This record gives sequence, structure tokens and C-alpha cells, in this order.
Amino acid sequence: MSTNSTYYIPHKATWPVIGTAGLMTMLAGFANYLNGSSIGQPLMIVGLSVFIVMLVGWFTLQAKESESGMYNHEVGISYRHGMMWFIFSEIVFFAVFFGTLWYTRNLSVPWLGEGATKELLWPTFDAVWPTNGPGKVGGEFEPMGAWGLPFINTLLLLTSGVTCTWAHHGLLAKNRDQLIKGLLATVALGFLFVCFQAIEYHEAYSEMGLTLGSGVYGSTFFMLTGFHGFHVCVGAIILSVVLFRSTKGHFSPENHFAFEAAAWYWHFVDVVWLGLFIFVYLI
Amino acid sequence: MSAAVDEHDHHDDHHDHGPEKGLLRWIITTNHKDIGTLYLLFALTMFFVGGSMAMVIRAELFEPGLQFVDPAFFNSMTTMHALVMVFGAVMPAFVGLANWQIPLMIGAADMALPRMNNMSFWMLVAGVLLLASTLFMEGGAPNGGWTLYPPLVLQPITVGKALPFAVFSVHLLGISSIMGAINIIATIFNMRAPAMKLMDMPLFVWTWLITAFLLIAVMPVFAGAVTMLLTDKFFHTSFFNAAGGGDPVLYEHIFWFFGHPEVYIMILPTFGVASTIIPVFARKPLFGYASMVWATASIAFLSFIVWAHHMFTVGMPIAGELYFMYATMLIAVPTGVKVFNWTATMWKGAMTFETPMLFSIAFVVLFTMGGFTGLMMAIAPADFQYHDTYFIVAHFHYTLVPASVFILMAAGYFWLPKWTGHMYNEKIGQLHFWLSTISVNILFFPQHFLGLAGMPRRIPDYAVQFADWNMISSVGGFIFGASQLLFLYIVIDTIRGGTGEKVSDEVWEDAAKHGLEWTLPSPTPYHTWTTPPTSVPTEHVLDSH
Ligand code: HEM
Ligand SMILES: [Cu+2]
Repeated sequence: MSTNSTYYIPHKATWPVIGTAGLMTMLAGFANYLNGSSIGQPLMIVGLSVFIVMLVGWFTLQAKESESGMYNHEVGISYRHGMMWFIFSEIVFFAVFFGTLWYTRNLSVPWLGEGATKELLWPTFDAVWPTNGPGKVGGEFEPMGAWGLPFINTLLLLTSGVTCTWAHHGLLAKNRDQLIKGLLATVALGFLFVCFQAIEYHEAYSEMGLTLGSGVYGSTFFMLTGFHGFHVCVGAIILSVVLFRSTKGHFSPENHFAFEAAAWYWHFVDVVWLGLFIFVYLI
Repeated sequence: MSAAVDEHDHHDDHHDHGPEKGLLRWIITTNHKDIGTLYLLFALTMFFVGGSMAMVIRAELFEPGLQFVDPAFFNSMTTMHALVMVFGAVMPAFVGLANWQIPLMIGAADMALPRMNNMSFWMLVAGVLLLASTLFMEGGAPNGGWTLYPPLVLQPITVGKALPFAVFSVHLLGISSIMGAINIIATIFNMRAPAMKLMDMPLFVWTWLITAFLLIAVMPVFAGAVTMLLTDKFFHTSFFNAAGGGDPVLYEHIFWFFGHPEVYIMILPTFGVASTIIPVFARKPLFGYASMVWATASIAFLSFIVWAHHMFTVGMPIAGELYFMYATMLIAVPTGVKVFNWTATMWKGAMTFETPMLFSIAFVVLFTMGGFTGLMMAIAPADFQYHDTYFIVAHFHYTLVPASVFILMAAGYFWLPKWTGHMYNEKIGQLHFWLSTISVNILFFPQHFLGLAGMPRRIPDYAVQFADWNMISSVGGFIFGASQLLFLYIVIDTIRGGTGEKVSDEVWEDAAKHGLEWTLPSPTPYHTWTTPPTSVPTEHVLDSH
């Protein structure tokens, strides 16, 4: 291990407080918007803009520092720790919604259709999944099948995982062409996934009567797939930045934390989708 | 030792970036000591904000009948008091201690991710600001209890306009805690002096490592739970709505899956500080170092599988009641190991009773009280009587006030001389200790009786048979609240020079045997350990070697 003095410790940081202010403004705006106040939307836009400026500024700074060789091996390890635990926290976040789906399907819905609850409250309720509950909240709906767009999307994401790894091999073999092509394919597949999901949502809302308000089926369906879709967007944007930096000649076989972090994130999003495909669509 | 210290100083001169001048220093700082100070001062402020709310509560409960505030505001006070104390005072105070102490104790130059460190702090401020803003809103602050149970918390009357602010506040506080925790883990694993093996680490570092893991594992759970509250309220989802196939009890499961580990997030670093202070004043190595580490890890593990002891009366299947009852009782085993070890550390020690030690001894005794009432409530059939009464209020206040808060005070007395180079006034410190210890018992002990007699919690008015003990409890509360002003005075006074006596590097007799931080100069220079120490004290782990 090297001495502490070669570990890069920045001495001032202006972006964190700017980003925090942006995020707080955005959330305060959103809360005001939900409460029906007219200053909500402008606040959200201002906050979001500040937040985006922060992201651009901070990441540009990091990229510059990294390329000028300011980060030694230990700094790289700290970043990897950071990314790994961040992804862990995301896994937990998704686990909450998977857990909700499990609890609802296996416990709360069956309980609604048996015993005194059935006899006294909802004698006509049949506790079969998918359901929008004894109150038929949200009206008639058709559940989402697995073998149309969702299956295509599964193939897309799995392929993108392969192209991402192919790009990584290119990076390690100093084959920049392969790196760029691989990333390009990954980003394209990612955005295609998002497009297909948009089409799927459109069909659900316009033709199948399936909405976020379709009882607990609609709630779990849109919450899980929605948060996942959001993560795909974020992942694809991160990969686009990595792609852009690759075309600028950034990264070397020894120094490419940003690529690795983006790839880890992408594989995480991929695995979550497999879970979704099985538990939300298939069974 | 002091020769080594001089070398560091010398080394520092080459590239010493002193602090920025003026206010800006505190806004853009990435220095772990500055950020630690920010956290601690913020927590102290919130301690008094939350404390004022407690004073409102105790004033209203001084006598039966409604005297000062209307019931909705009273309920806002209990809700906000809990949220402010948990998320604004106790948790940030421990993060502040972690920021100051972990790098000093493991020989690291700073935290591993200094910019993120700055952001964690400001996210905390942002979260608390959003929460506090609800106090000034139409409909007032949330008043459905800090647990934010639906359907109550989704009723217009209970939240007014506050709900989305409270939800987003939880998101920001979650981001803050997770970033802080990631930083702590990266620092401990990656910045530790090569000479320090994992099983040489001071227990404060160990307990924080495990706490950080708990934080990352449960803060997203709370974030998910409140997100579903938000969508149920504003986006027509039915997660907690039986008519749509959902279940409000699900919220309780998710909340307590977060909530029980959360209480350990507040107590594990407490254990760590106690295990650091007691050996110094007992002048003995900590008894059973390795068993302390394992007990901490076991408690953390168990904390994930006992959550439904908060829900015994909600109507769980009998198998669930039994499982959660026995699993909860298991926690008493590793907790007992710890209490035994602290006692054994003091056994036949050459003890002296400076203020930090006094607070630590009070912690051992009074925390054990809280643990025992916990065990009583762990018995499911008995909990049907205790649940939602003042008995549980007494339980968790014993585990939080004379435990977590006392140990935070102890940590202040213990390390302030090191940080500032000034000695606090021991006389006033002891006065603070005795006033606090006596009044905290007058405040909370009678609440056991009130609870056993059936007085419900979260209620602004009560039947006359509860009047006497409530009045006594309130008197205790006022004395306790007032005594804390002494602490405020001592902190300010010590920062500004204290007794005027210059403290040595060790501060406490032979402290350097127990921890690396005592080998550094007092006050600690702005940059420390720019070269890692080549040897580490192992007195604290002697027993296990
Ligand atoms: C020996 C270990 C412990 C056991 C067996 C235990 C057991 C329990 C049980 C069974 C309850 C639920 C009572 C009810 O709602 O009827 C409870 C509540 C609570 N405990 Fe503990 N506890 C222990 C330690 C702790 C510690 C160390 C803390 C905090 C530092 C703590 C904080 C709390 C809090 C805050 C509540 C109330 C939550 C609420 O409903 O607002 N407990 N405890
Ligand atoms: Cu608990």
C-alpha cells in the first residue's frame, strides 16, 4: 500500500452543495405541485436544471482529474467500493417492491377471499391473481402478457449485456474500435428497450384498461416496471457518457473506473429485468 | 511517540492547505474534521429543537385536560419530536463522531470520498429543512406518528399539505445516510493504516462498520415504503388499500423491516463509544474484544429478523407471533455479552470518575433497564397489554436517552479536549451529569407505571388516575431539559478556551495505549496522518491476543 500522501484528497467542493440545492428545490417544487400550488412546476424546472448542471459539471471535473492521472490505485478502489454499495442499496430498493408483490399475491389477496372477510365483507370476491381487489378499483382491465413486447425486451437487454462485455474486452485489448462499437450497440439496445416499454405502456393505458390505478395489480405492475424503466434510462445515459468519453480517447486498460461502474450498473439493471420478467409477467 | 508526531508535523508543512477563510470554508469543505464539526453542531441544534417539542408535550401532559395546545398540534409535536430526534439529532451526531474519529483512529488522512462526504451533510440539512417546513404549513406538520402508518397518515385531516414534504424529506435523509455509510465503509476498508489489522480496530470503528452496512440495507426500504404512501395518496395506487387488493398491514411490515434495524443503527455506535471510554477510565484493556465484535455482528444480523415484534397486536398468524417472540428474545444474548464485558472491564480496574466515565457507567446501568423492558414486551401475550401504552414509551426512551444520548454526551466530554486542545470544566460537567441522571429517571421511570396502568401513548389528555405520575414525569422532563443548557454552555466554553489549562496529547492518563488518536497533538491539526502510523496500540485488544 502506498503512503497516504499520494491519495488524492480534493480540498474544496462546490458541486455537492449546488446539487443538493437543486435536488431540494426540485422536490419542494414537486411537493407543492402535488398540493396543487402553481409555484410547483416552475420550482421543479429550476431545481432539475440546477441538478443537471451539477451532474455535468461534477462529472466533467472527475473525468478531467482521472485523465490527468490524479487518481492512484487506492482512489480507484474507493470508487469501486462506492459503486458496489450504491448498487447494493438499489437492489434493496427493488427488493421492497418485489417483496410487496410477493406479500400481495401470497398473503393479502388470499386473506381477502377467505374466512370472515369473505363472508361478512366481500362475499362475491374471488381471490385470484391478477386482481384489482374486491372493490374492483380502476375498473375492468386486461393483464399484461409475457410473450409479446416483454419477451422481445428481455432479448434486447440480454443482448445488450453481451455487447457491453464485448466492449469491455475491446477496452482491455486496447481495441478502441471494438470498445466504441460495443458501447454504441449497448446504448442503442438500451434506448430501444425504453421505446418498446413506452409502446407497451401506451397499449396498456389505451387498449387494455390497465393503469397505475388498476388495483394492486396495476400498482405493482407499473411501480416495478416503471422504476426499472427509469433505471434503464439512467443506465443508458451513463453509458452514452462513457461512449462519448471513449470517442475522446479516454480510458486505458488500467484506468477505466467510469466504464466499469457503468457496466456494473447495466448488468444490475439487466438482472432486475430478469426478475421482473419472471415474477411480474410470467407467473 | 511524540517524536513520530513531530515528523508528521514537519511532513505537513510541504503541502498544508489550511482551511478556507470565512463562512465559505464550512460550505465547500471536504475535510473530515470540518464535516464532523458541522454534523455535530447540526445535531446539537436539532437536539434542542426536538427537545423544545418534548417540552411542549410534557407541558400539555402536566395535568389532565387540555391546557396549552390543540390535539392536532400535540400529535404533530409527538410525530416531529421523534423524527427530529432520530433523523436530525442522534443519527447525525454519530455520523459526526464517525467523521472526526474514524480517520484519526485508523491512521487515515481523510475520509475515502471527501466530496461525497460534503454532499452527505448538505443532503441531511436539505432533508431536515423540508421536514421542518411543514411546521409552517396550512394543516401543520404530520401528526400521524413518526411511523407514518396508513390509512391514518393518508387522511386529509392528519397530513394537510405535509405528506409529500415528509416523504421527500425521508428520501433526502436516506440519500444522505447511504452516502455517509458508503463513505465510512470505503474509508475503513481502504484507508486503514497497513499496520492495523481488522481485529486491531477500535470497537468504535467496528460498530460503525456494521452500522454502515445496516444503513445501506434499510434506508432504501424506508424510502420504498414512503414512496408507496405517496403514490397511494396522489397517484391512485392501492398498495395499502384493501378495496384494491392491498393491505395497510404491509406498510407496517415494510416500515419495521426498516425500523427495527434503525433502532440498532442508533445503539451500535453507542456501544462502540462506551467500549472506547470505559477501558480508558478503568485503566484496563477492554474485556473480551473479540466477543464484542461478534456480539455486534450478531445483533446486527438478528435485527433483520425480529421486526414484527412491533406488530404483535395487528393480527398476525399465531406462527408469526411465536417466531417473532422467540427471535426477539435471542437478541438478549449478544446484548448480555456486551453488558457483561463492560462490567468485567471495570472489575478491579483502577477507576476514576471523570464526566465521560460517569455518563458511560450510567449508560451501562440504564440501558440495561431499557433492555429488560424490551424483553418484557418481546413476550407476545404480555405485549397485548403493553403495546401502545406509556410502557413502550418508557422502554425506548431508556434505550435512547440515558443510552444513546448519554453516550453522545460522554463522547463530547471525552474527545472535545482532544479536538479543541482545551479542557472542559469538570465541576460543571459533573453537575450536568448528576442533574441529567436524576432527572431522566424522574422523567421516564414513572412512565412504566403509567403504561402498566393502561395510559395510551400519543394522547394529549388522560383520565385523572394518571395525573400524579404524569406531573412527576413532567417535572423530571423540565429539569432534564434545563440541565441540557449546561451541556450547551460547556461545549461553547470548551471551544472558546475552557478552563484555560493546556491539555496534553494524551489528555487522559495512558490514553495513548488505547487509541491512535491520542498520539496526535492536541488540538488535532487540520491535517493528520498524511503518513500512516507504522505501529498501532493494541492495549484495547489485549484480551483477545
Ligand atoms: C434487548 C433488546 C430489545 C428488545 C428485546 C426490544 C423489544 C421491543 C419491543 C417488543 C417493542 C415493541 C413494543 C410494542 O410496540 O408493543 C419495542 C419498541 C421499541 N424499541 Fe425496543 N427492544 C430492544 C432494544 C431497543 C433498543 C436498543 C432501542 C433503541 C436504541 C429500542 C428502541 C425501540 C423503539 C424506538 C420502540 C418503539 C417504536 C414505536 O412504536 O414507536 N429498543 N422494543
Ligand atoms: Cu424492534
